[in-house]
Amino acid sequence: MKKGRFGSYGGQYIPETLMSAVLELEEAYEFYKNDPDFQNELAGLLKDYAGRPSLFYYAEKMTKALGGAKIYLKREDLNHTGSHKINNVLGQVLLAKRMAKTRVIAETGAGQHGVATATAAALMDMECEIYMGKEDTERQALNVFRMELLGAKVHPVTSGTMTLKDAVNETMREWTARMHDTHYVLGSVMGPHPFPTIVRDFQKVIGKEIKEQLMEAEGKLPDVVIACVGGGSNAIGCFYEFIQDLSVKLIGCEAAGLGVDNPKNAATIANGTVGVFHGMKSYFCQDEYGQIAPVYSISAGLDYPGIGPEHAQLSDANRAQYVPITDEEAVSAFEYLSRTEGIIPAIESAHAVAYAREMAPKMNKDQIIVINISGRGDKDVAAIARYKGVALYE
Amino acid sequence: MSKITKAFENRKAFIAFITGGDPDLETTEKLVYAMAEAGADLIEIGIPFSDPVAEGIVIQEADERALQGGCTTDKLFDMVARIRPKTDVPLLFMTYLNPVYTYGKEKFLRRCTECGIEGIIVPDMPFEEKDELAELCELYGVDLISMITPTSEKRIALIAEEAKGFIYCVSSLGVTGVRSEITTDIGRMVRKVREVTSIPCAIGFGIATLDQAGRMAKVADGVIVGSAIVKLVAKFGKDSIEPVSEYVRSMKKGLEDTFK
Repeated sequence: MKKGRFGSYGGQYIPETLMSAVLELEEAYEFYKNDPDFQNELAGLLKDYAGRPSLFYYAEKMTKALGGAKIYLKREDLNHTGSHKINNVLGQVLLAKRMAKTRVIAETGAGQHGVATATAAALMDMECEIYMGKEDTERQALNVFRMELLGAKVHPVTSGTMTLKDAVNETMREWTARMHDTHYVLGSVMGPHPFPTIVRDFQKVIGKEIKEQLMEAEGKLPDVVIACVGGGSNAIGCFYEFIQDLSVKLIGCEAAGLGVDNPKNAATIANGTVGVFHGMKSYFCQDEYGQIAPVYSISAGLDYPGIGPEHAQLSDANRAQYVPITDEEAVSAFEYLSRTEGIIPAIESAHAVAYAREMAPKMNKDQIIVINISGRGDKDVAAIARYKGVALYE
Repeated sequence: MSKITKAFENRKAFIAFITGGDPDLETTEKLVYAMAEAGADLIEIGIPFSDPVAEGIVIQEADERALQGGCTTDKLFDMVARIRPKTDVPLLFMTYLNPVYTYGKEKFLRRCTECGIEGIIVPDMPFEEKDELAELCELYGVDLISMITPTSEKRIALIAEEAKGFIYCVSSLGVTGVRSEITTDIGRMVRKVREVTSIPCAIGFGIATLDQAGRMAKVADGVIVGSAIVKLVAKFGKDSIEPVSEYVRSMKKGLEDTFK
């Protein structure tokens, strides 16, 4: 098999100009992933700076209210910067530093990855520039200011649909122009090899902790692990540890926007077909001529027309199931978790909560669902208020 | 020798690029005739794509105009079939891999041959992934053009050895678009290609003026001009035939005068 492939998915579909950069990255990663100094420094940062291991919480009220499976929440929202994104970013920026890069660039959708990158750049003295769709800079205005506060320069992207995919386009263009001193901190398990592997490796700590923490609490494996999926980094982070444990059901929740039958959605596995885009072969929402579809979701972080190649493989192999969750279901779950457990989840993570609400009552009381709360919802409060018709602006 | 390689014989080739369907297919068709008439030795037609990551803003906007105008891959094939009996100029498609992949790779290349496309350039398919199309291109007699860039270095020999038609030498880092200055040592790039193959080298990215074209052609076999022409199409729309024709004529004549 060719390198960087997940079954037939993945690959390195990028302009020749960028090949030297991804080859350099691959070589560096292959070295440092086995370098004890690098791994110790990263472990130290994850523990002392990001706050790992993240809490693992038995959601007793939710469990009782739903009357079925026992529900545990993996609290990635409690990490420094408020989401799982910091796991990957600390790894990549540290790697970039070892590669003697002095500048990092990144795309961001909701702003969580941008904030995490700006944070790590501040910590490790790197120049930082973030590309963010103009529409997202408006719906996540607070995060723009947060990134600027951390010393990053934020570029609103005005091409195409002005959302996450266009931010990726623009960051790739910038990397093509300047790679000698610049590392592209890709935020999800997507893009050309080696990114899907690197990002997964830096995120797999989530699943590893879930396994240990649940073993300690219950002495067994979970029955179901649920996570939201845009590009799919928090989901693969949760799933990876359990892929060989065939009794564990893995469920990824895609953003169905206004509904899978409505053109305004971003449910890639439900509606996509195989294609080649953003450096990888995978599933994409596209038309019959291969034009990438202008997707939609209330969640800026899931508003992406593709999915990481390892998820495409897991879906084809039926090892993981991918289910569409609408805006309406996600908003309802956002409010539900806030009121039931006093935890405001990111609107992205609320997609996973929504499916657990559906699933738990149909399961037995001795079964266990783990939901990954990939981020906190503070950034979404104003947008949800507007969705509910309250004229709240940040 | 392929028809594309032949276009470089005894001359410095001038290669013109336009985005297909910008602002409409009728204009694109007229532009092809006009540019061939004005002396373009090869013509590249871009299949518009929703997310052209290797393009600068000028061609990005052209792609948007073309897609808004309803241009599709099928319509472009039909247009090429209409053009082919009327001009001999070698035609290439510049396209991202996804439109080819989604159309059906074999169907795409079969239609290239049927309609009269002699070569294709796929900027997001590097050497490592070229087996997506290389065999089919061979089967249907379509030249798969390889690109070499300022960062290719050790990869130049690898790429050049298997190259067909001509080698597209990218003048500088970054995306397509007019540049005031090209600082890469192009001569060195071409010399490295020459060590393994005699296939012609054409330089593209950032070339707009006769002065730039002349300096590039001095060290290579041809030049590719895209954004400078697309800018004229953006400015004059349906009335761009005359100004584009004039531009191509002056560039071609300039090259001929310089390398008499």
